[in-house]
Parts: sequence; C-alpha cells; structure tokens
Amino acid sequence: MVILQQILFVVALATAAWFLTRRVSLIRRAIQLGRSENRTDRPGERLTIMLRVAFGQKKMMTNLTVGLMHFVIYVGFIIVNIEVMEIVLDGILGTHRLFAPVVGGVYPFLINTFEILAVGVWAVCVVFLVRRFVTKVPRFQPERHREMGGWPRLDGALILTFEILLMTAFLIWNASDSVLRERGVGHYGELKGVGNFVISQLLMPVFTHWSDAALVACERLAWWFHILGILFFAVYLTYSKHLHIVLAFPNTYFSNLKPKGEIKNMPEITKEVQLALGIAQADPNETPAEPGRFGAKDVQDLTWKNLMDAYSCTECGRCTAACPANLTGKKLSPRKIMMDTRDRLEDIQRGWQQNGADHADGKTLLDDYITAEEINACTTCQACVQECPVNINPLEIILQLRRYKIMEEAQAPASWNAMFSNVENNMAPWKFSPGDRFNWANQVNQ
Amino acid sequence: MTAETNYRVPTMADMVAKGETPEVLFWVGCAGSFDDRYKKVTIAFVKILNHVGIKFAVLGTEEACTGDPARRAGNEFLFQMQAMANIQVLDGYGVKKIVTACPHCFNTLKNEYPELGGNYEVIHHSQFLQQLINEGKVALKGGGEFKGRRITYHDSCYLGRANKVYEAPRDVLQALDADLVEMKRSRSKGLCCGAGGAQYFKEPEPGRKDINVERTEEALSTGADTIAVACPFCMTMMTDGIKNKDREDSVKVYDLAELVAQAQSL
Repeated sequence: MVILQQILFVVALATAAWFLTRRVSLIRRAIQLGRSENRTDRPGERLTIMLRVAFGQKKMMTNLTVGLMHFVIYVGFIIVNIEVMEIVLDGILGTHRLFAPVVGGVYPFLINTFEILAVGVWAVCVVFLVRRFVTKVPRFQPERHREMGGWPRLDGALILTFEILLMTAFLIWNASDSVLRERGVGHYGELKGVGNFVISQLLMPVFTHWSDAALVACERLAWWFHILGILFFAVYLTYSKHLHIVLAFPNTYFSNLKPKGEIKNMPEITKEVQLALGIAQADPNETPAEPGRFGAKDVQDLTWKNLMDAYSCTECGRCTAACPANLTGKKLSPRKIMMDTRDRLEDIQRGWQQNGADHADGKTLLDDYITAEEINACTTCQACVQECPVNINPLEIILQLRRYKIMEEAQAPASWNAMFSNVENNMAPWKFSPGDRFNWANQVNQ
Repeated sequence: MTAETNYRVPTMADMVAKGETPEVLFWVGCAGSFDDRYKKVTIAFVKILNHVGIKFAVLGTEEACTGDPARRAGNEFLFQMQAMANIQVLDGYGVKKIVTACPHCFNTLKNEYPELGGNYEVIHHSQFLQQLINEGKVALKGGGEFKGRRITYHDSCYLGRANKVYEAPRDVLQALDADLVEMKRSRSKGLCCGAGGAQYFKEPEPGRKDINVERTEEALSTGADTIAVACPFCMTMMTDGIKNKDREDSVKVYDLAELVAQAQSL
C-alpha cells in the first residue's frame, strides 16, 4: 500500500515537472522573441529595487489595508511552502512527518506558524473574493473594464478558490492526523511528542466520532488533495495571471533605472538625421544598414523586458485605475496593453505547437489586439508606470506602437500631421512665423 | 513703469558679441514665446531674473521646439532633427546651464538630449525660484497679498512623476505664506491635465469626459481660489476647465513665476 502511494506520488511529481518544464521553456522562448536590451547595469541598485519592491512589497503599501492583506498571502505562501518540502519527501520516501524527529521541539512551533499563516491566507482570500465579487472593487469589474470579462475574471476567482481549498486541506490534514496520533493508530501512533497544533486542534472535535479507517481515509485524502493541488497549481500558474508570484522578482530587478519621463532613444535613426542636417557625411564605402522596423507592430519588435512585463502582470488594474484616459472613458487601458501583449505571445506559442516553429498566423499586436484609438489616447503621464506594484511599463509599449503607426504607416491623426509640419517648418508646434518668436520681449516693459 | 524698472532681455547673440557669458540660459519654449497666456509667465520670470540681477540670456529667434510633442506622438525623425539642430545652437554658444519654465522642455533637454550629445545642467523654473528664495535673493514678505489665500498646486506629470520634482513648487508657494491645500491626487499620484503625449495638439479620443474637466473639478473641490501650475500646457488645460465650469470669475490659474512676481510687485 505504502509503495503504491510512493509510485503514484513520484509519477504525479514527474508529470507536474514535465508540464512545468515545457511551459517554462515556452515562456522563456516567447520572452526571447523580444529585441535585446541591456538591463544588467548597476546591479547594486537593481538588487535594492528588487528587495524593496518585490520582497518588501513597497508599492503595495500605498493602500495599507490591502497592502497588508496581500502581504499575509505572500508571506503565508512562501512560508507554508517550506512545509511542502517535507510533504514531498514524505511522498517519495513513504515516510510520515519526516522532519518531526529530526528537528524535535521546533517541529510543533514550525507547524503552528504554518497553521497561523494558513488561516491568515484563508481569511484574506475570502476577503479578496468578496472584494472582487460582492463589494465589486471597480477596477476588477467587466462592466467598467472590457478586458476583465471571461477568462481573466474566472482566473481571478479560481486562484483565490484554489488557495482557500489548499489551506483548508492543509488544516484538515493536520487535524485528522492529530486525532490519529492521539488515538495511537498504526504508524501515526509511533510519532511521539508532536502533539496538537494551534489552529487544526479547533477542527479535531469534528472527528471525535469518526472510525479509525474513516480518519485514515480523510487524512490521506487531505494530504493527497493538498499536494496534488499544489502541483496542479504550479502548472496552472504558467497559464495564469498569477505568474507574478515568480516573475515579480526578476521583473523588478530588471526595472528601468532612467527617469520615467525619458523616452528611449532610437540610435538607428541618428545617423540619417545627421546626414540630413549635414552634420555628418555619408561614407560611400559603407554598406547600407539593414532597414529595421521603426517602432513596434508586433511583439518581436518590443524588447524582451516589455515581454517579461506582460508575463509579470497580474491584472490588478492599478495602472488602469490611475490612467487619466481610462478614467474619462477612453478606450485605452494600460492593463489591457499588457494583457494583449501576453495574449499575443500565448497565441504565437499555440501556433508553434500546432503548426511548427516558423508558423505565422498573419496577425499582429497592433491592429489585431491593440487599436490606434487606444494608443492615441495616451497622455504619457506615466501614472501607469508609477502605480505598477511590480514595475511594469505599459508606456514603453504604447510609444513603440505609436512609432510604428507614425513612421512606418504614416497614420497620424490629421492634427498631429499639422503639428509635425509646424515643428518642421515653423520650429514650433503652431503655425507662427519663427521670426516672431522673440516678439514677446517687446511686451516686457509695457 | 518708471525709468529704473527697465527690464532687459539679452540674447545669446548680443552677449557673445559683447564677449560676455551668461550664468544661465533661459529656455523660453514655444508656449512661452507664442501662447498669449504663457507669454505673461515668460515676462514675469524675466522680471524676476532682472530683479535679482542674474546674468541671463535667451536664444530669441534661434530657439526652436525641443521636439517633445513629435517624439511623444511617435515621430522620432522629427524629434531628432529638432534635438540635433538645437544642440548645435546650444553648443555653438557654449551653453552650460539652462533654466526653463516648461516641464516638457525641461524633461527633454535634461533627459533626452544627452544621448544625442547635448549635455547641460537643466533646471526647471520652480527649482530656480526655490533656490532664489532659499538664498534670500527673493524675499517674500509674509502677510502679503497671498496670506491665507487658498491655493492648490497641480503637479505637472513631466515635472513630478517624470523627474520627481514635487517639493520645489510647493516650497515656493509656502514662501508666499499662502494656505496651500492639496488635491486628493497629488505628487506621484497627481492626475494629468490631459495635454501630455501630444494630446494638446489633437482632439481627445472619444470618451465620457475631458481629462482637464475631471482635474478641474478636483481642484475646485479643494475650495481654492487660485490654481497654481508650473507648465504651459497645464495652464491652458486648467484655464479651459475653469471656463467649462463657469468659474473664471472666482478662480484663477497662475504660474509660480507670476505669483512670485506679484508678491514682489514686479
């Protein structure tokens, strides 16, 4: 019986690992579709940002209540997963609470800590479900945000429900296990000196009248549900917005360190501009540079960091809630920009899997996912960049898409074309004569 | 105006002709040069510069758009053309330090010109005014006409979030002894006036409301009778917002430089 469970466990572990590896390598390939960009300079500063923003959750604390609740789930998730190490080893080796004899008196303390955190996670997940579906926090509502219907909405509900179920299973497992140890049933009884645990002991009275066999079944069922749930969840993560729990760390490490107002330069244009202005002379021996694409039409034209941003987004909508365009009813939603970028990457992967690695579906991020109306509504105010708790930058993507629209397709709103022409000919965005530029000085002494 | 208050606006060309070098170049910007409302800000700032006796110069007709709206709209060619032409002019005069009353010019000159070879010390006029006040060069008598007047400050995105200049404009307003009241969305959470990203130069995309109206409502809800701004585009957007709300009789929009000049009776 025990050996059968061990085999099943190893098979489950291997299956999860196989799916996980496959997904991780696909996502890695998808991110590597992006253009190169060096984000490894100033490692000390990067580390500090990662420690503050990802580990310390600094930007979540702007709303202290929500920030602290999120912190409970975060700490709970990390620490309760220490227990998963024991569970996995028990599963492989066919042991029962392997660490208990090893760490001795510390063991009950550890499990008690896990249980307190588990109950914290449980409670916060309930509150978060209520916020999403009962009190209806506006940024999650599909009625207000068209990107929040369907799968994203279900995804949010599933993640929270999963976590509630996992924590419940963990507590039921501990409770039934404690009763079995108390009764001295089989190998449960052999584990001495562990005692009851702080939270699950409250559930023990439920099991008072249960038979030993029913209790063993319950203990096994809870144990299996909990660990299979975690394995499933690990794979599910890679399809879900919840991937932020992993990617928040690298994503903050590779943050943009420049001032938010600085738009990335296009050095590939500089040479041509210098020629046009007569600052530089054309070198007749130089082979003409490969004409690259200006701006971005599809995900391949963005940088790998833009694409990592897309996978790091957990669709919380703080960006969109702060976006002046979105607030006033325009179609632009920075969150949707990130979700569209990820959807595009996922669709490309699906194409690879179904039709081979060089498959092209004829779609592009711009136009098929994100429209000109959306990107044209951006005021480049950087509120989205400021608000993102994991330092995602939707603005960079918006600006790259704009560059494509303007420079490759020459598709600008008519008044922008007029502005361009004024800047070019009149040295100002308005149609004033450049010779009149200094006329204001005549009014200084009036 | 009396004879002794004859304000001067030297150009770089004049200065060079006389073999002089200014301490600082005042970059006026397109709005400061052409927009009737913002010209008043330019003039106020020039009066302050004269008043404190700082040796400054302007480029006059040699100045051209920094390229900010072109770059933000996506026209990188045009931006770089503007930038490189401006850098040639600035470097030709050996300009080291620039002050400007436009956060968009400020951001572009400070953050975006270096990669194209233009390296200058660039400060915004709010920082400049703060320094003058701190150094005692501009003495604002407490209890003047601003005492107790309720003023709210609207953060410009390109000054605030873009460059983290949040305190300098507020310090200037505090020095006026005014009753500074904050809007709910201020500093890093400040709401855009709706003009940035070249929005100023086109109609807004379809929506429920104009952004400047949303922001003006927030400013009005503070009960302030003065909205202080530090950006020509915020100035227009907020002024339009006030008109939209039919409050132009009771609420005024002023730039920091105008408030300082008023307090100095310049």
